[in-house]
Amino acid sequence: MSTAVRQPPEAGATAARKPATMGQALNRALRDAMRADPDVHVMGEDVGTLGGVFRVTDGLAKEFGEDRCSDTPLAEAGILGVAVGMAMYGLRPVVEMQFDAFAFPAFEQLVSHVSRMRNRTRGGLPMPLTVRVPYGGGIGGVEHHSDSSEAYYMATPGIHVVTPATVPDAYGLLRAAIASDDPVIFLEPKRLYWSKADWNPEAPEPVPGIGKAVVRRPGTSATLLTYGPSVPVCLEAAEAAREEGAEGWDLEVIDLRSLVPFDEETVVASVRRTGRAVVVHESPGFAGPGGEIAARISERCFHYLEAPVLRVAGFDIPYPPPMLERHHLPGVDRVLDAVARLQWESGWTERHPDGGGI
Amino acid sequence: MTVLEQHSAYAPTPPPSWRPRTDPAPLLPEAEPYSVLGGEGGVRESGVEPEAELLLRLYEAVVHGRRYNEQATALTKQGRLAVYPSSTGQEACQVAAGLALGERDWLFPSYRDTLAAVARGVDPVEVLSLLRGDWHHGYDSRATRVAPLCTPLATQLPHAVGLAHAARLRGDEVAALALVGDGGTSEGDFHEALNFAAVWQAPVVFLVQNNGFAISVPLAKQTAAPSLAHKGVGYGVPGRLVDGNDAVAVHEVLTEALDRARSGGGPTLVEAVTYRLEAHTNADDATRYRAADEVEAWRAHDPVALLERGLRERGLLDDEAVSATREAAERRAEDLRARMNQDPELDPEELFPHVYAQGTQQLQEQAVQLRDELAAAEFGDGSGAGEDRR
Repeated sequence: MSTAVRQPPEAGATAARKPATMGQALNRALRDAMRADPDVHVMGEDVGTLGGVFRVTDGLAKEFGEDRCSDTPLAEAGILGVAVGMAMYGLRPVVEMQFDAFAFPAFEQLVSHVSRMRNRTRGGLPMPLTVRVPYGGGIGGVEHHSDSSEAYYMATPGIHVVTPATVPDAYGLLRAAIASDDPVIFLEPKRLYWSKADWNPEAPEPVPGIGKAVVRRPGTSATLLTYGPSVPVCLEAAEAAREEGAEGWDLEVIDLRSLVPFDEETVVASVRRTGRAVVVHESPGFAGPGGEIAARISERCFHYLEAPVLRVAGFDIPYPPPMLERHHLPGVDRVLDAVARLQWESGWTERHPDGGGI
Repeated sequence: MTVLEQHSAYAPTPPPSWRPRTDPAPLLPEAEPYSVLGGEGGVRESGVEPEAELLLRLYEAVVHGRRYNEQATALTKQGRLAVYPSSTGQEACQVAAGLALGERDWLFPSYRDTLAAVARGVDPVEVLSLLRGDWHHGYDSRATRVAPLCTPLATQLPHAVGLAHAARLRGDEVAALALVGDGGTSEGDFHEALNFAAVWQAPVVFLVQNNGFAISVPLAKQTAAPSLAHKGVGYGVPGRLVDGNDAVAVHEVLTEALDRARSGGGPTLVEAVTYRLEAHTNADDATRYRAADEVEAWRAHDPVALLERGLRERGLLDDEAVSATREAAERRAEDLRARMNQDPELDPEELFPHVYAQGTQQLQEQAVQLRDELAAAEFGDGSGAGEDRR
């Protein structure tokens, strides 16, 4: 493999940056990965001539030919199963599942083979494949087009679960996922496909690799832990929180970026500093990612906590119809309500800024 | 034009233009299972007599295979294997599959196909790793070109398609042979694999060993298809029907199909009609779902006896050669027994390092936890070691 991220001399030059969407950054990542490594093959439903229903694979079939960017029969288990065989032969398949809920037929291949093949064969048959899954709600999709399925994937040892929230991360994390010798479930927040940032596709800025969380907004009052589509929500909530409470709250926002591996160090360091934490995600709360994260924080930050770790999550309901989804999705108000419940009367951390010798 | 464009190029279809996209007639299987040994006179359809050397190789392999099945079943009764799904009665299919493959071809076996892997040349002790339970897989798949034994039925079929397709994309003359049973043809993965193979014209051969039962469920409860070989027609894949107890016939049909696959002719679906003489596994009681006289009728069409008779008729085998082959099989069984009677070396710490290329922090912590537990156990009870709470 060549270097994961191309770095010409003008790397990161602000002058060359122009508005780009997350979808465009993902497209560029696929293109650059295919140019860098002839073993990278993109495959899925409508990814060829059409360029994908979200146009993330636009132009790839034209540039690389149908053998490198292949329209497949409409069969998700088959797509992933065939990708397993291709990976066994040494290729590096990048599979697109058209929508989150349409990835479910591929679960058996994922759980029974993709996640276990390396372990089963003691490293003899690694699975360097990437499964791209558009996920989450907020785009007015009818049933089966808005699920947050990350909890299922997280519960499966042997795969990595990655989700970008920014344009540079979309590029950098997808390149890292494709370069990884482990299988990566790459969850693309649908409603961020059209989100924009100033970005230079000829010199994408380097981003931390898979397994590293990033502090998107430093703060001192409490930590919001989130990922993917809920990152912009939390950043907005943090801005609004400056006007809330008695003296306003200065919220830290952590973008987890990768749910597996989980960056415990960054999370623990932040929560030990702020003493309060809220986990925010769209996925249903019961047995959701927030439960695991809250448990880990309790185990490692118990004496630093002013309040129980709270979760702001989707309700424990099947994903609602589009005209009702705004009541389901965690929004700024629901995040601020949770922050308000963080037992601000406690004040232990304020009295013990050095951690009380713990 | 790319590999895929050759077969799946878009062609506009104006309203009145419908016609069958391919002629279904050449895809239909033969009316009766193709047979060399069982038929009157025992001459193959082509009229070409099989090479003596091949017949003797097949004979040796089925005799060894029968003894291997008996030995593995005995090892299960002695507690040396956790379970053994026997292929007794199906040795012709197993052996023919193992021997029909070219050196660069790949085999995709299920859990009942350990003999096919052994016939391909894999060390039986390594093949039996899954069923002994010391690891989920025991041989080097890349070196042997035998994929891991697959337990969830038919899920390895799309792997065979993908590997064959990848080989073709790279311009390698490599075919894949995927094994499945009659029950496995009901699985969705069977359908998706055949469909992908056909659309992509992947160099893959599917061998369905129709042994009559999916554990206890007979074929009549599994499918209403005219035959399992007929299922190919729906995908545009030619079907072949063969006497699965006739090692020579199975070998011939598979060799042809693999040659066709390697030379760009696309996939083939082969149904081999055979019978599982033993129960599903040692844990199964076959008397609950089938009659003894049915089993006896199939014993009269035993693949080992069939081949022995065929070779004797051709003057290729005499009593002396038969006993010599059986003795050789006995010696090999003794070797297997001796090696399987040794306790496997187990390393609990190996539970962690293969999960990912680089272990996560959480896995590293768990590995340390297990190491501490193991160290504490070595000190024995009452030492206090390992009792410090973290």
